[in-house]
Amino acid sequence: MKKMTMRTILAAALTFGLAVPAFAAGTEVTPPTQNWSFKGAFGTFDRAELQRGYQVYKEVCAACHAMKYVAFRNLTDLGFTAAEVKALAATFEVNDGPNDQGEMFKRPGLPQDKFPSPFPNEKAARASNGGAYPPDLSLVAKMKDHHRTEGSGADYIRALLAGYKDAPAGFTVGEGLNYNEYFPGHQIAMPKPLNDDQVTYADGTKATVEQMAHDVSAFLMWAAEPKLEDRKRMGFKVIVFLIVLTGLFFMAKKRIWAKLH
Amino acid sequence: MADNNSGFFANPVVKWIEYRLPVFSTLDHMVGTQYPTPKNLNYWWNFGSLAGLCLVIQIVTGIVLVMHYTPHTLMAFDSVEHIMRDVNYGWLLRYMHANGASMFFIVVYIHIFRGLYFGSYKAPREILWFLGLIIFLLMMATAFMGYVLPWGQMSFWGATVITNLFSAIPVVGEPIVTWLWGGFAVDNPTLNRFFSLHYLLPFVIVGVVLLHILALHQHGSNNPLGIDTKGPQDRIPFHPYYTIKDAVGVGAFLIFFCFFLFYAPNFLGHPDNYIPANPLVTPAHIVPEWYFLPFYAILRSVPDKLGGVLLMFGAILILFLLPWLDTSKVRSAKFRPIYKQLFWVFLIACVGLTYAGGLPPEGLALVIGRVCTVYYFAHFLILMPLVGWFEKPLKLPASISEAVLKTEPGAAGSKA
Amino acid sequence: MAGTATQPAGTTEPTRRDFIVVAAGAFAAVGAAAAVWPFIHQMNPSADVLALSSTEVDLSQIAAGQSITILWRGKPVFVRHRTEAEIAQAQKDDTAALPDPAKDADRVKKPEWLVMMGVCTHLGCVPLGQQGDFGGWFCPCHGSHYDTSGRIRKGPAPANLPIPQYAFLTDTRIRIG
Repeated sequence: MKKMTMRTILAAALTFGLAVPAFAAGTEVTPPTQNWSFKGAFGTFDRAELQRGYQVYKEVCAACHAMKYVAFRNLTDLGFTAAEVKALAATFEVNDGPNDQGEMFKRPGLPQDKFPSPFPNEKAARASNGGAYPPDLSLVAKMKDHHRTEGSGADYIRALLAGYKDAPAGFTVGEGLNYNEYFPGHQIAMPKPLNDDQVTYADGTKATVEQMAHDVSAFLMWAAEPKLEDRKRMGFKVIVFLIVLTGLFFMAKKRIWAKLH
Repeated sequence: MADNNSGFFANPVVKWIEYRLPVFSTLDHMVGTQYPTPKNLNYWWNFGSLAGLCLVIQIVTGIVLVMHYTPHTLMAFDSVEHIMRDVNYGWLLRYMHANGASMFFIVVYIHIFRGLYFGSYKAPREILWFLGLIIFLLMMATAFMGYVLPWGQMSFWGATVITNLFSAIPVVGEPIVTWLWGGFAVDNPTLNRFFSLHYLLPFVIVGVVLLHILALHQHGSNNPLGIDTKGPQDRIPFHPYYTIKDAVGVGAFLIFFCFFLFYAPNFLGHPDNYIPANPLVTPAHIVPEWYFLPFYAILRSVPDKLGGVLLMFGAILILFLLPWLDTSKVRSAKFRPIYKQLFWVFLIACVGLTYAGGLPPEGLALVIGRVCTVYYFAHFLILMPLVGWFEKPLKLPASISEAVLKTEPGAAGSKA
Repeated sequence: MAGTATQPAGTTEPTRRDFIVVAAGAFAAVGAAAAVWPFIHQMNPSADVLALSSTEVDLSQIAAGQSITILWRGKPVFVRHRTEAEIAQAQKDDTAALPDPAKDADRVKKPEWLVMMGVCTHLGCVPLGQQGDFGGWFCPCHGSHYDTSGRIRKGPAPANLPIPQYAFLTDTRIRIG
């Protein structure tokens, strides 16, 4: 707890540029904690936020990052209807085949297809990105969950996406790398992905970097843990049941043991 | 309660079966009205049946997970995600199994420490203790191999590091490691054999558990006073007294389990295991699952490869000598003023080892790890034999019923 | 284990607190029954299996008198371009004694295209095409004969070869499912 507080203070200090000398490769900066709608015992996803986040993913991230465990059909979780998902899937081209001539071909996407990957394989992805591999984003919100509490992975992604700034004096950034205080080592190959008004939200929300980073982080949390709502809902019922059951057992135990005296 | 049972055995269907296959009377002797139990067992005695419950949960969830899992390096990670996303209740079953492993270790560790405190390993229960240790060893092997199956980064590097322990053995070490791997690195053959053994070992554990229960029934349960039962006034039938008491424990345990299962299912895991295994990149900080941390700390506190490995295995094997290292004739720490203090110091040392094992092996963590390692071995090899000789135990009560009456009726269950 | 703790003693009147013992047992039984469901339901088709429900077939390459077999939901589907003679035979047999009466017109969307599951309704084998006593299909496993409309005519199979859901997208393209 104390360590957490210390880190938060340190992070805040760093954010305000007060502790520049403390920078060193490897220093971790704890991302500021966000008030995600999916946190807590009764947490649920915010559908509008997820839809906006999906739009950011689709229009920005998907150019380089795959998301191979998520299928178009899963988007009904975001509040899209089956017909909308079908129309959406059809706007993508997916690989299929071989056909009767033995050749692979492209066809419009169907709801059961997984999100198509931007590159055919890791080597191609590296070749197009200066040697760096843009990781698959399906599970990124869980693999960056360094505090192992729900939301810390999304905190990190949000902080990273909104955390691009000029390197402090004396910090040399390598060729083809970019400065980001939240990335381990502070040098990341991914250039600043988000700029104000990069996407035009259908619901009229103003697309600031902060807003887009927040939305896409929530979307990535959903992508990593799509059953989160089911889990919490079931958990509440099960635990209430177990508390009553244990209470009954305890009373029954008292009753039975009373016979001993 | 005998009238209860005679009613049950009078049932014609039960009678018909019982005459041909004595399952009901066997059960009745095992965990029923015909199994006499000391009347003063406290709630720490719940952890044996809880461990049994954990084993059942692991086996049942494991069997259904296997229906969807694919043991191949190219598909293992994807098949786990398939379970998490597409299989009906797959997320529930997989989180039950993953967190269930941690729960099993929590329960078994408490069970072991209960045995240490109340001297449950002493004559005539030495073999009971050995069988328990064998179960513990089998559990560790099973848990280790199970953790490899999702084929994430921690799976792969954990497997690499732990199998490499065997390379410390002089001369034959390298061939043994190659044999374990079935190749020149942890790869598909390794994954396949670990899967096979991970499925097999739980059933071996079931077998040893049955022997453990058989040994338990030979002389009956130890008890918080550590004195033998002297007659019927000291005993009560297992059923219904301890079945209902165990049920209370099961309820409380399941609430604890469900808290992790539903609200913090990844808390006891490691986030790096959501990254698919990559033989080219080692994670910055490799740690085993929390239940291996004390042993991992012992391994790392020795600056010599072979020495570290020997000491780590020694830490477990030394427990087999415990019935002879403990020279005291008195079982329960309740009547051993000095040993009682040492018990708590030992517990703190184990917590210290767990803490040190989770941190990078440098600075303070290394110091804590080394101090606790020294205490761990000194506790068993030096302090226990000496304390047994020099300590003056308190006066033991004449019998369990005398002690129970002296305190307050019904206090049997409340004292921790 | 709690279930066995609930037998009323029978010798004394059940008191209010005996009721608690029974209630605890009943509660535990309900909980155990509910907990079984996920373990059963996990064997039902998973979400990805349920989603893989349609496949498209190009008919332009299939000449009259030829058939193709395609895989749909893990089972074979026969797509046959029927000849005039086969269509005439199938329609003529509408009035024959059929174990599972059905009109040929109800089994096709366009008379020249017969689309049906290639799974014998007896015990699930794949029938052979253009064989048997009725010029249709013949199942080698237990000798069921189907006619040119895929109707069962002779043998142990109880029903006609089923027609899957399909639709013509264009004149030469169908989607099954």
